[in-house]
Amino acid sequence: MLGIIGKKLGMTQIFNAEGQPIAVTVVEASPATVMDLKTQERDGYTAIKIAQAPAKEKHLTRADVGQFKKSGIAPSRQVMEFRLDDLSDWEIGKQYDVGIFSDEKKVTVIGVSKGRGFAGTIKRHKFHRGPSAHGSRNVRAPGSLGAHSYPARVFPGKKLPGHHGVDQKTVKNLEIIRVDVESGLIFIKGAVPGATNGKVIVRKQNG
Amino acid sequence: MHPKIALVHASVHRTDLPEFRSGDTVSVDFKVIEGNKERVQTFTGVVIQRRGSGVSATFTVRKISNGISVERIFPLESPRLTGIKVSRLGKVRRARIFYMRGLSGKSARIKERKVPYAGKKA
Repeated sequence: MLGIIGKKLGMTQIFNAEGQPIAVTVVEASPATVMDLKTQERDGYTAIKIAQAPAKEKHLTRADVGQFKKSGIAPSRQVMEFRLDDLSDWEIGKQYDVGIFSDEKKVTVIGVSKGRGFAGTIKRHKFHRGPSAHGSRNVRAPGSLGAHSYPARVFPGKKLPGHHGVDQKTVKNLEIIRVDVESGLIFIKGAVPGATNGKVIVRKQNG
Repeated sequence: MHPKIALVHASVHRTDLPEFRSGDTVSVDFKVIEGNKERVQTFTGVVIQRRGSGVSATFTVRKISNGISVERIFPLESPRLTGIKVSRLGKVRRARIFYMRGLSGKSARIKERKVPYAGKKA
């Protein structure tokens, strides 16, 4: 699925053709350049490798700089692959921008969710609260972890407090409201994973 | 807010609307879509609050219609808003005059606000 690496700029609202306000997330993406084609014969799968956000050579590793030299495109900070079945339209050096979404109704967005630190079971696993009054001392506590002398242990995978957030999250079927090719902005209905200024991958749902 | 988002806001910002504040009496022309027909509906009443900023700013208008109080919230930057006419300036001491909801008759009157004389134009 073809996609692009973007930056989440934040949320706002825009009015649609009927004049109704719609909450949107604005994602900015610079043009992507194809730096390599992964072929069935050589790599065992077919994909395009793209580079975005040009950077100075000194900010990259020598190994990466070598890759850019080989394909003859400007060294870039962001590199990723998109698996495609048909590579006949693609060649090294070809560029594309957010215009690839102009005809799309819906997209998939991948981002890294906001960190919540060490979180309790209510926030982390959507447990219910305990009673808050009548002498209750079980307001946000996890409650019972299981039975007693048999099995005499806590089963693996028991939902407990722990680190929450900073996970890669994929949200499918997000509606595209508007694509502004000139400024490189994509307006996606609703929320997308991650913090403002975070990296997100916007991907087509098919083809 | 990111400057690029601010630019998007600026591109839809309406400059054709008059200045008004809570306590003012306004007539709001709002486009209504009925089936596939469009018409403009006018709602006249007292502004009881303005809230929000930028594209999400709204204002609430209250009127008494056949003895029943009606409040409507309008998005200030909506393209369906075709116009606002300020018919009377009201003098009130707070930004949100929700106390009007509990008042009726003589006590629900609002004093008129006098605009200070700006001086003779040169």
